[in-house]
Amino acid sequence: MSTLTPSAPPAGVPAAAPPGRGRRSSPGSWRWSDRAVLAAAWAAGIGLCVIAAAIVLYMGFRGIQYLRPGLIFSRPQVSASQAGSGGFLDPLIGTALLTVIGIAFAVPLAVASAVWIAEYGRPTWLARVVESSIEIVAGTPDIVIALFGLSIFQLGVFAPLSFTSEGGGVYGQSFVIAGIMMSLLALPPVFAATRDGMQSLPGHLREAAFALGKTRITTIRRVLLPSVRSNIATGVTLGMSRIIGDTAIVLLLAGGTPRVETQGSLPVVNVLRGTGSALTTYVYGNSPAGEGQAPEKAYAAAFVLLIFVLLLNLIVGRIGRTSADSGAVAVAAAGV
Amino acid sequence: MLERFRKPWPDRRAELTLGAVSLLIGVGVLAMIVFVAVRAWPIFQHNGLGWLGPGGSLEVQIGNMTAAGANAPAAVFHLRAWPFIYGTLLTSTIAVVLGLIIAVLASVFIVELAPERLRRVVIPVVRLLASVPSVIYGLIGILVIVPFVGNHIITSGQKESVENVVQLTGAGVGVASLILTLMITPIMIALICEALTSVPPSWKEGAVALGLNPLRAVRAVTLRAIRPAIVAAAVLASARAVGEAIMIQMVSGGKSFAPKPIDGLVFLFEPLRTLASAIVDYHEGIGAPPLRAAVYSFALLLLFSAFILSIAGYLVKLPLRKYQTRG
Repeated sequence: MSTLTPSAPPAGVPAAAPPGRGRRSSPGSWRWSDRAVLAAAWAAGIGLCVIAAAIVLYMGFRGIQYLRPGLIFSRPQVSASQAGSGGFLDPLIGTALLTVIGIAFAVPLAVASAVWIAEYGRPTWLARVVESSIEIVAGTPDIVIALFGLSIFQLGVFAPLSFTSEGGGVYGQSFVIAGIMMSLLALPPVFAATRDGMQSLPGHLREAAFALGKTRITTIRRVLLPSVRSNIATGVTLGMSRIIGDTAIVLLLAGGTPRVETQGSLPVVNVLRGTGSALTTYVYGNSPAGEGQAPEKAYAAAFVLLIFVLLLNLIVGRIGRTSADSGAVAVAAAGV
Repeated sequence: MLERFRKPWPDRRAELTLGAVSLLIGVGVLAMIVFVAVRAWPIFQHNGLGWLGPGGSLEVQIGNMTAAGANAPAAVFHLRAWPFIYGTLLTSTIAVVLGLIIAVLASVFIVELAPERLRRVVIPVVRLLASVPSVIYGLIGILVIVPFVGNHIITSGQKESVENVVQLTGAGVGVASLILTLMITPIMIALICEALTSVPPSWKEGAVALGLNPLRAVRAVTLRAIRPAIVAAAVLASARAVGEAIMIQMVSGGKSFAPKPIDGLVFLFEPLRTLASAIVDYHEGIGAPPLRAAVYSFALLLLFSAFILSIAGYLVKLPLRKYQTRG
């Protein structure tokens, strides 16, 4: 599947190839159009690497230039000048909070439906409905998911989840609401990774368990789910990186206050019902596109954000390497 | 309570529970379509399908909506969204066409040409590019690329030529499409690479044995075999491109303006709004019912196109099953 026949361009040759290539065609003897395509393909591959390196290096440079420990550990202030507007401790907490809520909602839903699709999946039409629903969720823009969240959680029924005004108006905005909508972002990758893992498990695993008199659901819980653990981990990591990187949902549903504002007096619930921002909206708000003209803060926060994304990427790669076939899943699910 | 949970479940109940949870996702999608459609309804009621067409200035129409308040007269609901739709189509088309060319070349490079060592670098790089948050692309766009284009690439003659219509700052079609290309190319590469690796190597070897050079063989046999996957990649990537909101909002100049190809090269520097970036721009004003309906109508169109594109993606992937490959 990989490297070409020995006549491939330089260094594409496995070590086994003899040094002398004899009369086989080498790029030098190809028609100019073929040579142009070859050059273009190399340029595309190398070009992507150069662009990625440029992004990481530039953000790293700006990050080292502007990021100070004080920024991470101080809370944002409302101020007109860049010097007085504090750091981004609250957005950092917001990002962590949203990630936890989003994953907490997405994983049970995604794993349950993946198990159902892979192991039961009857009636077939229903299974197809569920699978296409997830595909639609995967294709729905985050901004539309955010608007949907706003419209549904502004209903009076959901007032206990939401930040409310003095007069009882329901804003449809809070951390828990943003987190629930975030779970829709993490759902497709977790689902795809789990389902593909389940479907690629060899049949004898199930047969052995059945032969021991285990029921289907016991087999799933004791045998199948433990063996797709690394797939689920890959899916969760991909889901986390989608949640961490999302701006639109936080912008519309988390309320947009620079600090974490609480609602009510119950200790944990008041934060969940409260409003705030995440790193992404902090970057957005401090860029020229938002109101705050504080590009230095935006660069610093974006650098932290990029580090998170890089770390999650490393984790996906690591999981992919330890279990041979989920690497392909990782690449495929990244596209979902 | 927990004790009951730990005991083995009866199989039947487990199946029903899992099925019900899965069904919840379907119900959620249905609710999404219904809620967005209901909120968007007043706009369609007043404008019919004329909503899709051109006519009048969007700035004025949306300005009226913002100013109207709670008891808006019917005339305020007048909206012709063509400039936004056009902006969406324009940026997505440019990005998908450019991205597809790059993605096919890069995939061939990754799967067929790159030495093993280089491939081990390129694959994580592609994955990284796919997972960089859009706000970071937007930030680099607005702080680095837009000022660069505005100061060095657009000549003052070009700025003067359209001075009376629109101000050129650098933010616009060109920068937005370029960054969008960068954002969707990795998705296409992932899908095309997967298809490329699933083509039996013997097919290409046969072509090489018949005297084609290896690159020709790839073009004539491998790429031809995965044509449906290439189309599917383009379809999925365009779903992503159509829905991109934050990055476009940051680098597109934020003017409800329809760039005119008739302006020649200047066209590439003219500002625009897409449906998704318009939602970001106007979301704060959705307390006003007419504007709320307008914003939700943009969302409904996006949702509809996501729906169509996912069906299209499914249909074009069908022929792939013939080769027993996953697309």
